Amino acid sequence: MDYFIELLFGGLTRGSIYALIALGYTMVYGIIGLINFAHGEIYMIGAFTSFIVATVLSIYGFPLLAIVVIAALAAAVWSSAYGVTIEKIAYRPLRHAPRLSPLISAIGMSIFLQNYVLLAQTSDFLPFPALIPEFAFMEPVAHIVGSSDLVILITTTLVMFALTLLIKFTRIGKAMRATAQDRTMAMLVGINVDRVISATFVIGSALAALGGMLIASHIGQINFYIGFLAGIKAFTAAVLGGIGSIPGAVLGSLVLGLTESFATGYVSSDYEDVFAFSLLVLILIFKPSGLLGKAETKKV
Amino acid sequence: MLELRNVNAGYGNIQVLHQVNLIINSGEIITLIGANGAGKSTTLMAISGIIPLRSGKILFEGEFIHKLSPDKLVAKGVCQVPEGRHIFSQLTVQENLDMGAFLRTDKVGIKEDLDYVFSLFPILAERRNQDGGTLSGGEQQMLAMSRALMARPKLLLLDEPSMGLAPLIIKQIFEIVKKINKDHNTTIFLVEQNANQALHIADRGYVIENGKITISDTAENLLQNQDIQKAYLGI
Repeated sequence: MDYFIELLFGGLTRGSIYALIALGYTMVYGIIGLINFAHGEIYMIGAFTSFIVATVLSIYGFPLLAIVVIAALAAAVWSSAYGVTIEKIAYRPLRHAPRLSPLISAIGMSIFLQNYVLLAQTSDFLPFPALIPEFAFMEPVAHIVGSSDLVILITTTLVMFALTLLIKFTRIGKAMRATAQDRTMAMLVGINVDRVISATFVIGSALAALGGMLIASHIGQINFYIGFLAGIKAFTAAVLGGIGSIPGAVLGSLVLGLTESFATGYVSSDYEDVFAFSLLVLILIFKPSGLLGKAETKKV
Repeated sequence: MLELRNVNAGYGNIQVLHQVNLIINSGEIITLIGANGAGKSTTLMAISGIIPLRSGKILFEGEFIHKLSPDKLVAKGVCQVPEGRHIFSQLTVQENLDMGAFLRTDKVGIKEDLDYVFSLFPILAERRNQDGGTLSGGEQQMLAMSRALMARPKLLLLDEPSMGLAPLIIKQIFEIVKKINKDHNTTIFLVEQNANQALHIADRGYVIENGKITISDTAENLLQNQDIQKAYLGI
């Protein structure tokens, strides 16, 4: 039973990190209909930024909590700047081009950013400082659920809750929903669509950066290539849940995380990715719009 | 109030509008009639800033507006109800109306206008918590017009409000267009294929053929014009 619970929490932790990344994919897709393949790199840049900031601050002897908060904010801001810039230079000029063009541009941005970090940093794995301490009160259950699992779960739950409120009730949230449903009409009611798109990239990038920092601290190492597989997995989760749907991205991520965790635990860790992508294939065959994706209904 | 000067516009390689000239005075109902593909909707999209002009100028209240983005135009009071209504189908009726008032901050005025559109279309008040996508075609048209009114427009652009609706509802919609014009002295630019109805409520009309304005006259004269009768009124 302990083993089952351990796998369950492992899967949920994994799933919530996927969710933080998958939200960026699904929100951008919802607004501009583009799969932003550079999104995994945004996550990687977030991890690197928090690594650099945390290292510098710990040299100056900041307390751990301050390090975590400042590193998270720095990662979110820096990754958002990358996200918005990528949209401006690589996607916006192609907004009226055929759909394939921005997609290729996105793949190009992804390769560019990987190599940029490779050259600017290193190709080696870097040891990432443990930002989350082992809590004393967790000791009795530490062999099943780690402290960082707990922190990751609580943080992502809070973030998702905040995001839901933002989208449902704020002005920018309403503008995002309207733009996702009908961009021309959004313009005609006076929404500055460029600003909405930038805001979407800011939110998606900040979430990915947070995910990058949390998982890097959990695993304990990073390199320039971590964005690739994490990006593909999160994209899979977004498609699983129904691309364009925000609750779908979260659900898809949790399903994917749990599948991987249980498959690794009960079958073999060698087949982790096989199970993840088999799940994707099955969903695409039997429910192509994803778990919560809706087939478009329009009345003319 | 609105003036188009030698406007050329189009999509990709296709030029749709050729040297379009048009004047709309404050308080008027002006109609633009023409066949499918003549360039009626393109004219409205050019005015709203959705498609850029190739050349020419557009003036609104004495100011050049053809380089402004669509949201700036809404802020100036130019609002459009596009063809096909474009309801936000997953937002409720109330949320759709809120979106219409997106740029406004005067809570009192918004409430007044909300009461006004509910007085025009009581059915919308009944359905205010329903998703926009669940409304019938006629109700969607009412919602689309109400949403535009929520921006308190000075100039209301209506693109084929009668399309696909039952005759009785069409009659109601045209009566309300007339009423909106009277109640708030809202200038109305009405694009229609239903030329007969449109000319009966309009002050003046323009005829567009293949992207060129061919006739401009008072609505009464256009109704009497034999060419118009043959081509657009089916008489």
